Order: sequence, then structure tokens, then C-alpha cells
Amino acid sequence: MTDKSGPSTTRRGFMKAGLAAGGAVAAGGAAHAAGDPLITEVQEWASITGEGVDATPYGLPIRFESDVVRRNVEWLTADTISSINFTPIHALDGTITPQGCAFERHHSGAIELSKDDYRLMINGLVDTPLVFTYEDLERFPRENRVYFCECAANTGMEWAGAQLNGAQFTHGMIHNMEYTGIPLRTILEEAGIQAGAKWIYVEGADASSNGRSIPLEKALDDVMIAFKANGEALRKEHGYPVRLVVPGWEGNMWVKWLRRVEVTDAPVESREETSKYTDTLADGTSRKWTWEMDAKSVITSPSPQSPIKHGPGPLVITGLAWSGRGTIPRVDVTTDGGKTWHKARMDGVSLNKALHRFYLEIEWDGSEMFLQSRAHDSTGYVQPTKAQLREVRGLNSIYHNNCIQTWWVKSNGEAENVEIS
Amino acid sequence: MSKFRNLVICTALASALAAGPALAGKYGLGRPATPDEIAAWNKDVRPDGTGLPEGSGSVEDGEMIFAENCAVCHGDFAEGVGNWPKLAGGQDTLDHQDPLKTVGSYWPYLSTTWDYVNRSMPFGNAQTLSPDEVYAIVAYILYSNDLVDDEFVLSKENFLEVEMPNADGFIIDDRLEAEAHFWNPEPCMENCKESVEITMRAAVLDVTPQEEGTEEAAAEPAATEEAAPVEAAATEAPAAAAVAAVDHELIEDGEKVFKKCKACHQVGDDAKHRTGPILNGVVGRTAGTAEGFKYSGGVVDAGAGGLVWTPEKLDEFLSNPKGYIQGNKMSFAGLKKDEDRAAVIAYLSTFQ
Repeated sequence: MTDKSGPSTTRRGFMKAGLAAGGAVAAGGAAHAAGDPLITEVQEWASITGEGVDATPYGLPIRFESDVVRRNVEWLTADTISSINFTPIHALDGTITPQGCAFERHHSGAIELSKDDYRLMINGLVDTPLVFTYEDLERFPRENRVYFCECAANTGMEWAGAQLNGAQFTHGMIHNMEYTGIPLRTILEEAGIQAGAKWIYVEGADASSNGRSIPLEKALDDVMIAFKANGEALRKEHGYPVRLVVPGWEGNMWVKWLRRVEVTDAPVESREETSKYTDTLADGTSRKWTWEMDAKSVITSPSPQSPIKHGPGPLVITGLAWSGRGTIPRVDVTTDGGKTWHKARMDGVSLNKALHRFYLEIEWDGSEMFLQSRAHDSTGYVQPTKAQLREVRGLNSIYHNNCIQTWWVKSNGEAENVEIS
Repeated sequence: MSKFRNLVICTALASALAAGPALAGKYGLGRPATPDEIAAWNKDVRPDGTGLPEGSGSVEDGEMIFAENCAVCHGDFAEGVGNWPKLAGGQDTLDHQDPLKTVGSYWPYLSTTWDYVNRSMPFGNAQTLSPDEVYAIVAYILYSNDLVDDEFVLSKENFLEVEMPNADGFIIDDRLEAEAHFWNPEPCMENCKESVEITMRAAVLDVTPQEEGTEEAAAEPAATEEAAPVEAAATEAPAAAAVAAVDHELIEDGEKVFKKCKACHQVGDDAKHRTGPILNGVVGRTAGTAEGFKYSGGVVDAGAGGLVWTPEKLDEFLSNPKGYIQGNKMSFAGLKKDEDRAAVIAYLSTFQ
């Protein structure tokens, strides 16, 4: 493998973008005798008519945004059916993730299950094992809650070193949606929880079934049975018509196409909670039941896929922060690799176990920067460095990598994923 | 008709439930699950053997069943093919860099293996194995890990006697104690370090996927009116044009049947070889000739012998893949229904 001084993909994009931006600056910004033709000349769109209201019954983003899409990393998995893709967080803002570009992780592919064919069974240690149709579920009192869902393997490829060049790839196994659904507690109480119940086991209707065990305490606390996200039906790839929402806990437990909840006295110890989603430490022992997602943050722009195109001057640094244990009251940002930190400005709503947006507006002098962000959550936890994590966990954990991320922003505005001392 | 019947049944059940004093719930929604329904879905198996059905299977039988159903991804000796999971080996590697985690080296409970094979495997054909077949496959996986000898027969009776090497290798999440020092309300804000040096760069590794074409579109919106890539529909379009005169319903049915093939085969513009070859243009192609795919000797020989995948030959092949070409790698039981084979062949014929 040869040393390419920069990632070809981003450099190419950067060069093109720089040219375009340069042109715009000359025409629009600086003194130009004739004026900016976009202003001085009548443009086509200002003269002819646009599309009618019947052109797009359900819309996709305008074509100029066609690069803001989920992407996958082919070498990660044996095929694309039991695989994962990544949310384009480098190009999004605010906190809510549109469903259409929210990452997908399937263990046996995204299945097509209609509401008519949907059944949910509650069995095990209950007074009356019950079966619900989709219609039944819509007759229970429901609630709306915003939560992030992060795959335990998010940033997992970075344990051993800086590897993937883009926030989408290093941190894009996350999304944040407003769910409409019913508390799982309501359904369990409808069946009648029996004495001796300590756990639930949840499984999906797809071929993987992807069963996971969850302590009853969590199940009765804030777990939801969701059927809407961001106001509309769940997308197929997110478990249409019904998925489980397990706030703050690893995404694997958010079982899609939820078909069964078994109340038990012990965990099932299924494949996804023993052979996978367990974290091997340096001495070879492995942590299990590492459900909670530690506090984490990442600067989404500038970043390798979102370079600075405008040259020195006012620069908006922005990113996302979240914690499976609560809210994010504070994020620190450094531009010099951690010598000096600045408190970022939190903006937008601050909700429990949901994504938070932060900004740091600076006057960029055009010199290189080592950008990092550091989240503080409402329990006092502070996002650790990669070195701190490795000290406790070694290099083989795969999951739950919540380390501080570094982007090396060069004087030409390009950014690269690096590790620093 | 059937909807009406369901409605009647639901109504009947609902009124029965409403009248029944035993119902726990305050909303009276849902209906009691029948014993048969619970048996059909309640199949998880626990470490103490709860949930295991009667049955048994030998290493010897397991080897054959594994070769038929599992080896295409997991290898004849459970050593794994390509990026597919390795099921054997890796003993004593857990404290090494990049440990090899297999059933033998990592999985703490045998019940997990039985449960997973039973409910989620084979990939693309799940929930088709009998309990005896599952016992046999699990016995073979144990054998591949040198945990039992070749005479071994696994059964419900001796299931708990098998010792898993890494049974004691797990601890319950201890982050709150082991990582208590991460709760640090006042981290350093100024003069935190002397110098900053780059120790590793992602661009050097260069494993990030390319973003083909899209950036140009984003950077020069005005100049590229026609060039903006729109990905959807692309795979459908040639199909529709080529088969205008053909039975659309049959093709649609075929698309559904093809879901059974998708675990290993791809079609369409972006198709790539996977476990199985690309199937664009397979109808009418000489067997074993998709460029860049490593076929079994059996298929190559059949092609050399003049086998061309006409709809008729495909139909014969798909009714019994293993029997039709000896020694071929495709671990798929075949399509038993005439109409399924006709539909999938019609569907495949739309991809040139």
C-alpha cells in the first residue's frame, strides 16, 4: 500500500468544490463591474414555472443533495445482507435524523412485513399469553419520545488505529428519531407479569430473529414498542411495522420487526449477547451485558468529507454528542489537539438519551488544526481519549469505542482522520 | 372472504375476552395465544437446556449435513470461507491481537450454537432443519473444534455434559467500577500538553470507500443538469424494456421467489459475485462461464460438456441442484414448486 498524501476521494471533491467556490467569490463577493450574473441577468427559474403539486406525491431530497446518502464499507462484512451502512452525519445538521438516510443494520436483510401480517406475542411468565395485531397496538395510549440509536460497533474499526477517513464511516452507525409508540410496560401489564419474572427475551420476525435478553427493570422503565418515527411509519429497513426502542442501550437490542416478548427468569444467552456484542479485554476475558452506550461526541464539520472550502475567516465548527446515561450539558472543543479546550455552544433541545448539537464559531487564520470534541454527560462522565480507553480495555474490544476523535485540518481546508500523541 | 372470517373470529374472541373475568389487562386488547402458536414461536434454548427438543445427531451425519448446508460459507472444516464466520479454531488466541473467536474458542454456552443453527441458519434458508439435523451439525462443529471425537453423538440427554472451553471467560459489565476515573467533572482546559504529534493517519491506510461521481454533482450544480446520479429505478428499467411482451405477473412472482437466492446471488446493474456468481445473463449462458467467478469443477465440466442454461435446463437444475450437477457448491435445496421455478427463470431472463 502506498502513501497517498491525502485521500483521493476527498481531495478530488475538495478541488472541484474549491474551484466552484472561488468562482462564486469572484462574482458575488469582490467588486465586479458587471455584477453577479445570477443577480443581474434574469435566470430561467425566475421566468418559467416550476413543477406542479402533483409531480411528487412523496418527495426525496433535491438532486443537488444526491451525495447525502447512506454508504457501506464493502470489506467490513462477507455480504451486504448481514451488514451495516452509515448515516451521512457529516452533511446533516440539527439533531433529528431523516429516516431515509438513517443507518441500517440487518442480520438477515430488511424484510417486507405488512401490518395485516403482523403479530406480536407475549408469552412466558405472564398470567395470560397474548397475541396482538397491529391494529390492537394502535388502541393503547401512546407517547412520543426522541432517542438516539447507536450500534455498539460504531467507531469499532478505529480501536487499533485511525482507519476510515470520514465522520460518516467512523461515527455514522447512529441515528436520532422521534418515536411514536406505547410503553412496553403497558403491554406486559396487559398480559400480567408473574412473580419470579426477572428478564424479557425479545425477538424479530426476520430470519435472523436477532433475539436479545433485557432485564425486566429496564423493560418496565423506558422501553417502547414503536411504530412511527419522525411522524411517519417506520421504514422497512428500520423494522416496519413495529420495532423495539431501548433508550440509551446498544442498537442491537432495538429488535426490528418485533414479533415476540417472552417474560423469563433468566437470560437466554443468545448468539448476539455471547459470541457478538461482548467486549474482549487485553487479558482475554470478555465483558458481557455492556448495554449502556457511554457518552461520546464527534465533530461532523469540518471533517474529511466536509472540508473547509471558504478559506480563512469565520468558521463554524459543529458536531453531535450523546450519552446512554442522560443528557449532554457540555461539550469541549479543541483546535490544537488538546492543549487548550473551549466550551462549545449547545444549541437545540436537550433530551434524555438523545443527540445533542454543539457549535464553536471561530475566526480561522488558515493554519492547520487538530480538531477534537469532548462530551460531558449529566452523570459527570467525560468522554475519554483513545489512550485512556486502551489502558483499560486493550485493543480487541471492537464494541463501545467512545474515544475522542481527531481530525487534522490542513491549511488548504482538507481534513484527515488521525491519531495524535 | 377470509378477511370477513377473521373479523368474525376476532369479534367473537374479543367479546369472549371482554366477558372473561380472568383477563389481566385493563384494556382488554389482544387475545390469548393458543398453545400451538406459542410452541411455533417459543423456540429459544437456554444454557440449562430449557427449550431443547428430543433428538440426537452424530458427528458422522453432521459432516454430511454440514457439507450440504453450511460449508459453502463456513468451509468444509468450519474454517470459514472469505469473510464468512470461522466456526472452528482460535483456541488460546483471546489475549492475542486480533483474537479468533469461534464456537470452540469463544462461545460460552453450547445452547447458543444449537439455538442459532436451529432458528437462524442456514443463511437464506433459515428454520428448515429438523432437530436431529441441528444436533448433528452442532456435533460436527464440536468435532471441528476438537472438543469431541468422531464417534460422538449429541443428544438432548448428554447436551449439558459438553464443556465449552471459554465458559468462564466472561465478566458482567464492570465499567462503573473499572472506568470510574472517566467520571471527572473538571478535566484540564488549558496548557494540557506540551506538544502534539501525529501517530497514525487514515489516509496512509487508504481503506475508505470512494464516493463515486456524487461529489462532482454537488460541487457544480449549475453545469451538470443531466448528470446528477439517481440510483433508484436503474435496476428495474432494462428489465421492463426487454420483456414488454412477457408475463409481468410471472416476473413479479419471480422477483419474490428470488429472495431465496439473494443470500448468495445478485442481479442488476450493480451486481457483484458473492457466494454465488452474478446471474445477469444466466439464461442462455454456458454453465460455469460468468467471468471472474470461481466455480466448482462440476459446473465447469458441465459447461465444457456443452451445458447451456436454457429455461428448460435451469428448471431441471433448480428442482434438484445437488443431484443435477455432482459436486457443485450451491448449498440450496432447490425449488420444489413448478410455478416457483418458472417464475424465477422468467425473472432472471429480464437481466441481460
